[in-house]
Amino acid sequence: MKKSGAQILVDCLREQGVDTIFGYPGGAVLPIYDALYDADIRHILTRHEQGAAHAADGYARASGRPGVCLATSGPGATNLVTGIANAYMDSVPLVAFTGQVVTSQLGKDSFQEADITGITLPITKHNYLVKDVRDLARVIREAFHIATTGRPGPVLVDIPKDVSSAVIEYEDPGPVNLPGYRPVLEPSAEQLNRAAEAIARAERPVIYAGGGVVYSGAHRELRRFAELILAPVATTLMGLGGFPGDHPLALGMLGMHGSKYANYAVCECDLLIAVGVRFDDRVTGKLESFASQARIMHIDIDPAEIGKNVRVDIPLVGDVKRVLSALIERLKAKLPGAWQEKIQTWKKEYPITYEENGRLKPQQVIREIYRVTKGQARITTEVGQHQMWAAHYYTYTRPRTFISSGGLGTMGFGLPAAIGVQVACPGETVFDIAGDGSIQMNIQELATAVNYDLPVKVAILDNGYLGMVRQWQELFYNRRYSYSELVNPDFVKLAEAYGAEGIRVEKPADVRPALEQALATSKPVLIDFIIEREENVLPFVPPGESLDRMLG
Amino acid sequence: MKHTLAVLVLNKPGVLARISGLLSRRVFNIESIAAGYTEEPDITRITIVVNGDDRELDQVVKQLSKLIDVIKIQELHSSESIERELALIKVKADPTRRSDIVDIVEIFRANIVDVNRETMVVELTGDEEKINALCAVLEDHGIVEMVRTGKIALCRGPGATKYYQEQ
Repeated sequence: MKKSGAQILVDCLREQGVDTIFGYPGGAVLPIYDALYDADIRHILTRHEQGAAHAADGYARASGRPGVCLATSGPGATNLVTGIANAYMDSVPLVAFTGQVVTSQLGKDSFQEADITGITLPITKHNYLVKDVRDLARVIREAFHIATTGRPGPVLVDIPKDVSSAVIEYEDPGPVNLPGYRPVLEPSAEQLNRAAEAIARAERPVIYAGGGVVYSGAHRELRRFAELILAPVATTLMGLGGFPGDHPLALGMLGMHGSKYANYAVCECDLLIAVGVRFDDRVTGKLESFASQARIMHIDIDPAEIGKNVRVDIPLVGDVKRVLSALIERLKAKLPGAWQEKIQTWKKEYPITYEENGRLKPQQVIREIYRVTKGQARITTEVGQHQMWAAHYYTYTRPRTFISSGGLGTMGFGLPAAIGVQVACPGETVFDIAGDGSIQMNIQELATAVNYDLPVKVAILDNGYLGMVRQWQELFYNRRYSYSELVNPDFVKLAEAYGAEGIRVEKPADVRPALEQALATSKPVLIDFIIEREENVLPFVPPGESLDRMLG
Repeated sequence: MKHTLAVLVLNKPGVLARISGLLSRRVFNIESIAAGYTEEPDITRITIVVNGDDRELDQVVKQLSKLIDVIKIQELHSSESIERELALIKVKADPTRRSDIVDIVEIFRANIVDVNRETMVVELTGDEEKINALCAVLEDHGIVEMVRTGKIALCRGPGATKYYQEQ
């Protein structure tokens, strides 16, 4: 059968089970858009390619299926870059397709030419420039295979315009065969036995759980494992929801903005069981004093993470779900003792809390969002103070319900991600918890939400500052607020101009009615919460300090 | 401490850029890289010399292994392998000094591969120290220009760094 490159692409996407792609057309992808015109695939037109990449990312994180985005060559492709880097840092399965100038014009600084495979080399798990249409189907199959297996990550496929428009007699390339790519899923029995022995001997175990738990679908196994050995569970930002936040063993988040009890537990444990994490500097603080009394066990699917940042005593390379299942089989239930008691005392003594003073506090807003959504919403965030408050004051009990830019820390992630989440989870409540700075980095995506009737709710915690920058300037730069104060537009009018609903809230008493009003409408809603201007995120471990040296 | 790695990669466009980009962005300390075709037509063999402790070596191996086009990595210990570099050295050699240089070349078992009125080009194969030693001696006559390859290495005995496609 004769097929064009663009038709091969569409057929391969269908074969991979892709139901939605996020994209933006342009010259070099016109043949692909022509094929999409009558294809059985939903296309969401974002208002910026960065929005398409983040939306595909949010879609992937919420659904567990690969997110797909599409952009034209040159500026279209470079606009995807932040989104791809974001997906790379947080190990999100994303497949990005870009148009490219015709092969005869490659390397000639042609109009809208950018070496996007060169540019994305350090921020993709792998990438391809397809110079021959006969390679296209094989490459697309490989791209999805690589993006979704092992440690997930973004893969980019760059398709010159003459390749997408070329017509060939199609031959099926057969199954994927990548001799250099064999993810290790099964842990070694010998290491499992060592690990089980260490766990049995430990008196003060702590579990440090991250995004790997969520991506591996290991939340049930993690819960059983923790309950069996009575180990408290501290989660990273990426791990929130991987362990129920309301569980008696839950310690909440650890690290720079972790709870005091999580950080104390890590400082005093004798065995740290790291599960699907990468010992990020925002988690460990000063490396020399991180878990300094403990042996460290590290469970991860990526062998390169073992020993990258900290010395590891017991490595367990494999899929988190399989490793935890295998460990559970080898372990006996433990009985509560002094350690469990100590943890409960810390939890009572150092609760995550804030001072109520009659003014509108960001923490109250998030608590109220939790209450009106009964803890069942999918929350996305931008990056900054609001992100940390969203991590502390909303309790996440299910995986894939907290979707945030962890590793890269991308302002402007939350709104397009919320759009992707809403597409993946129609009928669910999706909130983007935002700051007044971050929201303006991709606010154009309100048009996308309105265009496709995606009823995402945006809660701006508006303090007229780049709040986290201001907080650091207050604490470390003698209150010299250098370029961190914002003059903002009227967000309510802006929302209305886009065709969304806008609400402004200035008093604590108006929070709940505004949220109820937002949930009652099927339109996208933006709520501008005018909060206490100089509220800080606490507790706070100053950068480079040890985890037990917390402010607040 | 120096470690020598034999890295087998698929002959794909950009594979060297992937490897050198990874080494530089992870701030690994690399002494040399030498690449060339092998007995298998679709495989390139790259010899990488890494300078670092065991932990750094471990990271280099693991990070390189993550590249999709890298199919095998093996460390070659110097006691169990043959290591060679190649150097071409253009040295000042007017007729009065030619015989001195010829003597030096013979002592080092090097070759003279080009001669003209003013210069000679000396070719030498050997390990790093031997090439350094020749350079030091030729320096007295004046080195006009020179070029050296990175180190290549092969294990001694019947064993081999090979990749066999599993069926």
